[in-house]
Order: sequence, then C-alpha cells, then structure tokens
Amino acid sequence: MTDRDGRRHLLGMADVDAADVERILDTAKSFEAVLDREVKKVPTLRGRTVMTLFFESSTRTSSSFELAAKRLSADTMSLKASGSSVDKGESLKDTVQTISAYGPDVVVIRHAGIGAPGLVTRWTDAHVINAGDGKHQHPTQCLLDLYTMREALGRLDGVQVAIVGDVLHSRVARSNIQGFRMMGAEVLLVGPKTLIPRGIEATGVRVSHDIRDIADADVVYVLRMQRERMAEGAAYVPTLQEYTARWGVTRARLRPTQLVMHPGPMNRGVEIATDVADAAQSLILRQVEAGLVTRMAVLYDLVTRPYREPAAAPVVAAVA
Amino acid sequence: MAPRLVQRLGVPAEVLVRGARLYDPAAGLDLIADLHVRGGVIAAIGGDLDAPDAEVVDADSLTVLPAFVDPHVHLRTPGQEESEDLATGTAAAAAGGYGAILAMPNTDPVLDSVPLLEALFERGAEECVVPTGFVPAISIGLTGRQLTEMYALAERGAAGFTDDGRPVESAGLLRRAFQYVGPLGLPLALHEEDMTLSRGGAMHEGVVSAELGIGGYPAIAESAMVARDLRIARYEDGRIHLQHLSTRGSLEELAWARSVGIRVSAEATPHHLLLTDEAVRSLDANLKMNPPLASEDDRLALVEALRCGLVDCVATDHAPHASDLKEQPFEQAPNGVTGLETAFAALYTGLVEPGVVSLAVIVTAMTVAPAVAFGLEPPRLAVGASANLALWDLAADWTVRSAGFRSRSANSAFLGRRLRGRCLLTIAGGRVAHRLAAVGVSA
Repeated sequence: MTDRDGRRHLLGMADVDAADVERILDTAKSFEAVLDREVKKVPTLRGRTVMTLFFESSTRTSSSFELAAKRLSADTMSLKASGSSVDKGESLKDTVQTISAYGPDVVVIRHAGIGAPGLVTRWTDAHVINAGDGKHQHPTQCLLDLYTMREALGRLDGVQVAIVGDVLHSRVARSNIQGFRMMGAEVLLVGPKTLIPRGIEATGVRVSHDIRDIADADVVYVLRMQRERMAEGAAYVPTLQEYTARWGVTRARLRPTQLVMHPGPMNRGVEIATDVADAAQSLILRQVEAGLVTRMAVLYDLVTRPYREPAAAPVVAAVA
Repeated sequence: MAPRLVQRLGVPAEVLVRGARLYDPAAGLDLIADLHVRGGVIAAIGGDLDAPDAEVVDADSLTVLPAFVDPHVHLRTPGQEESEDLATGTAAAAAGGYGAILAMPNTDPVLDSVPLLEALFERGAEECVVPTGFVPAISIGLTGRQLTEMYALAERGAAGFTDDGRPVESAGLLRRAFQYVGPLGLPLALHEEDMTLSRGGAMHEGVVSAELGIGGYPAIAESAMVARDLRIARYEDGRIHLQHLSTRGSLEELAWARSVGIRVSAEATPHHLLLTDEAVRSLDANLKMNPPLASEDDRLALVEALRCGLVDCVATDHAPHASDLKEQPFEQAPNGVTGLETAFAALYTGLVEPGVVSLAVIVTAMTVAPAVAFGLEPPRLAVGASANLALWDLAADWTVRSAGFRSRSANSAFLGRRLRGRCLLTIAGGRVAHRLAAVGVSA
C-alpha cells in the first residue's frame, strides 16, 4: 500500500499493487478459520483503536468494519454524521482534528466528497481507510469482490467481467475497473450511453450499450441504479421501466453458469430480477461474508506491516 | 468616457534605474540603458543619466518591462474580505508586476449600482496601491433578469460590464445589453458557459473525469455559448470581450468571429495555458476553477491562439479563497485560483524560456492588448509617459509557496512549482507600489 508521511493508507485502488492484493486476499482467507471457531476473535490488534466516521449512510460497510475491528480485538469508536457536531455545521477538518485528539490508530471514513479521505490524512496521524468517497473510490469493496471472485472461480487472471448499469455515478465500478484489470481480469461495461463516463475506454475497458453482450462474461457485476444521485431533469434514462426493459439483468439474459454479483443495496426488479438475486449462481451474500474477512485483512495489513520508504522522492513538477 | 482608475495617494516615484535592459515591444524598444523616473513620470531614457535627487537602482542584468494590465481580477470587496481586500489584492498585483487591474462585480453585495461604484472608488482611492478600475454587472444581482443602469455607471467611470462568474443565460437579455451599451462604447465581458451542459460538472469532461468520478464539465458548455454570444454581438455590432477561454472549440468560433470582423477581444489565463485536467488527479482543490483545466489538446490550441494573436489578452482571473474554503473535497470546494503574483513568471518559465511563445507576445498580451480592449491608457516605456513599469530579474528562480503571497489567500494552482522570473520593483501610476526587500535601492 502507498506509504505517505511515514504512514500507510488505503485511499483507492491506486494505493495497492497486485502483490499487495494477493497478500491481503491470502490474509483474508486465513481469517476464515477464525470465524469458524467458537470464540471468533484474535488478539492481533489489542490495544489499538479503530475509528469509523460515516458521513453517508451505510449498512454493510460500517457494520463490517466495526465487526472486523472487534474480531481483531481492537477498540472501536464510530461516529455518524447525524447526531454529531456535523449536524451543527462543523467542518470536516474540525471534526477530524477533534477525533484525532483521541489518538486513533486507524480512521475509516465514508464521505460524499471526492478526495475527503486524502484530506483526512492531513489532519490525523492515523492510518486512513477510504470506505467510499463520492463517485470516486471504494477500495475495500473492490478487495472483497476480488476475494469473492477468487473463491468462486479459483483465479482472477483472464476472468471476463461484465459491469452492468450506472457506471457514471458508481465508486464501486471505478475501484473495480482498476482492481479487476490489475489482477488480469477483462472488463466490459454495459449500459445506456448516458450512464457510461465519456472517455472511459482509455482505461483499457470495452464498452457496449447492448445487454446481449454480457453473454461471454464469467461474472456479471450488476450496479445499483442510483436514483438518489440523479439530479432532477438530468434525464440519464427516461424511466426506470425503460431501463429495466433494456438493461435489467434477468434470468433470460443469463446462462446458468454465469456468476452474478452486486455491491448492494439492491433494487430488486429494477437493475436485477429477484429470481436472479436469489439464484444459486448469485454470489451476493458471499460478497457480504467476504466483506468481514477482507476488512479484517486490510486493518491487519495497514497496522502491522512496517512502513517502507518510497522508492524515490517525488520530483517537483516543472511547469508545462 | 474613459474608465476611471483609482489609486492611493503617495509620493511620486523618484528613481533612477541604471543599466537595465529596457524592453517594450509596442514602442519597439529593446536596449540597455538608464531610465529616470522623476515626479512619477519617465523623464529620461539614455546612457549614463545623472539624477542626484533620485533613488538609484543598480539594474545590471535586470529587465524593465511595462507594467502589466489585468482585465480580470476578483478583489472580494465588499463582502468577502476574509479572502482578499483592495489593499491586499492590489499589493499582490504590484508584486506580480501589474500597474493596472480591473475588478469583477461578483461581490457581496454585487457591484450593480452607482452608490456601490462610488463607494468602491472612494475606498480604492485610500487602499489601492496600483490603479484599479471596476467592471459593474450587466444584470442586477447577476441574476440575468434586469439590466443595470449602464449610462449612469459609465458616466462615473465603469470600465465595461460583466456578469462574470456566471453566463448571461438569456440570449434575449444579452441582446438588449449589447443594444443598450452600444452608444457608450464599452465592452461586455462574458463568462461563457451553458449551464444546462455544465451542471454537475466540477472538472473538464474527459478520461480523467471518467476515472476520478468527478462530474464532467464538457468543452461544449463553453464553445456553444461562445458561438451564441458571438452571433448576438455580430448582429448588434457590439464590443465583446470573451473571458478566460479554455477550449479548442471556442477558439474555432473566435477565429470565425475575427474573419467576419466582429469587434472581439479574448483572454487566456496562465493556468489554462500551462496546466491540464491531468493535474486534477491530485484532487487538490487549488486546481479547481471555472472554466476547468481542459485537455492537452485544448491547451495546445490555446497556446497557439496566443502565439498567433487570435487570443490577444492574458488575464489572471485572480480568484482568492480563504484556506478553509479550499480545504474541502474537490467538488464541494469553490471555483477559483489566485494568479497575480505568479502570472508572468509562470508564462515566462512555461512558454517563453522553452521558446514556445516569444517574450514580445506575452508582454503585449499583458499590457497593450488588455488596455486597448477596455479603453485604458497602455503602459509605455517612453519619455513623458506616466511611470508604469516593473523591474524583473529574469534569471531568478523561486518556488511558489503558500507563505510567500501578498494576497490574503494562497490558493494558487502553481504551489510547489519552481518558476523563473522575479519582480523586484514595480512603479504603478507613477508611484512605487512594490519593492522586494532584497532590492538594493540606494539614495
């Protein structure tokens, strides 16, 4: 993971390389055994403090981070935007500096603002983990998706993944495009042109606007149709019905051997048919399980691996 | 009616600059000589001048340039003085070698009335260290609904009109503005943005925005509006000044406008001439402005447009913001970067030294062209002219640091970069407005 200011952070998938990912997934695998025990806890992070700051709502990510920290015997504190001074208009900087005064070892942050986790590194001495920043990055989601895929398929290299839906507004898609390609998978984006970011092909993915093109994929990764992020009058799609008719992932559009993933929360009957979500080929609940061990592995890796000096000092960029 | 510029009263400069390279492309001047400023006026240019009463500056290997004119500055006064005020903003201008600036009206309250303009002239006459003019709003409150009292404002010395920060969304209102302002001979300075296209955008739409997830602001948001407004200006034979152009498409429209004889002037900023959307990968809000940093293709087109004179003016769009406003996630942070103190050095380092654009083009675009566009007296290095000049060390390297600004704000797009060219001394409106502590001035 990227080392900055003498600390290691996970702000986005650019902070890890393939070797880091392999190591984290292996660590996650080893934690599976812990969760099978009667006492589901190891003393690895005893005496450490993990602070979670969720400025946006979350079920899976916030609960799995908190549980992951507890399974590693860390002390946890969680702060949500509602009911805190954030409600009173306190700035991100003041909030972070305040909680930093308690000396956390790790700060986990979710925020609607792109780059908020990077700002947080300026105001705390803790390791910072991005648990989702706006439409930018959600690296632990990507790692748990990679874990789930590797468990199901036994490999990542050469896997064909079709990501379907609202890529434009999806931090999950951005982290996954980076992470999947880093691990050798091939990525096809499928959706209406209004929801595929202009220019994204330059990142090495293919783009289609025809749902039939998911046919060759080993994994169909369905994105939430994020209604709440669509400004009124923006007209990304005319109606949800039209979207579902053209791009909804249904049994008729899948082969029985294709695996289906979804980061949750699902809109059943919109981007994914209910019978698909509950089918044997669906990995959706396994993703949730993977979230716990993967986040345990990320916490463990950040806190216990020694800091390495960057290979070379950054050169001050010249003008133009 | 000539625009009115105001400046704090002060002692007229009495300075003898000895042995500098005197460079003024408009005057065809490029020689090493002495220059004597007496009573705020250039009294003599020549070899071995003698001036017993003047401060003598030994300027061996230094360069005197005409003081720059910036037609696009935000002084944040009234209402946002935590970011800048007339004194700090004009001190920043002086430190960047500027001798005249024009302030934008998007203050709080908006500069849209005679009493406010009078009040600014009054305060400016006490606080501005360089001559400062004001460009009131086209529409009351910048709301795009009702025209300001342009005749009354022009009589008191308005330098033009602009709704800068916002486009004039209504084509109908813009047409009326061109009709109404026509007999006054003042330009309308336009921020070109179709907000139905730019809505939700915080950076240039392209590969980088696709990767980062930051809302994309498409190039057509600017060029489509430029095309519309040039058509309106042509129909009404208006004087149109296009602010901070940033995209190739807009320059194509500008080329057409010149070919059909539209009375148009146009600006480019140093940041658009030197930086691209790739810089936004840092997620640093000091790289956020409107229009946003565009693609390398757009940047190259802009540089070529400046080189060949299609774009005639350099403007900074100096837009200070207090640090807490920029210490926010990228999309939430406000638009704007400071520019007065880095403009020339950045262009000299990035364009002149590598041989991309000549010093003559840069100096002309920072002096005569903006002065002509807004009806100001162009600064000249000529005997008898009011002293508007700056002494530069074009061999001096310095690093842009947040602690080093005269501006109250430090939201520069060039922070951390190494620049060549330091302004040592500025005489603006006949008065010493800036002097670097290190400059050896002896009586």
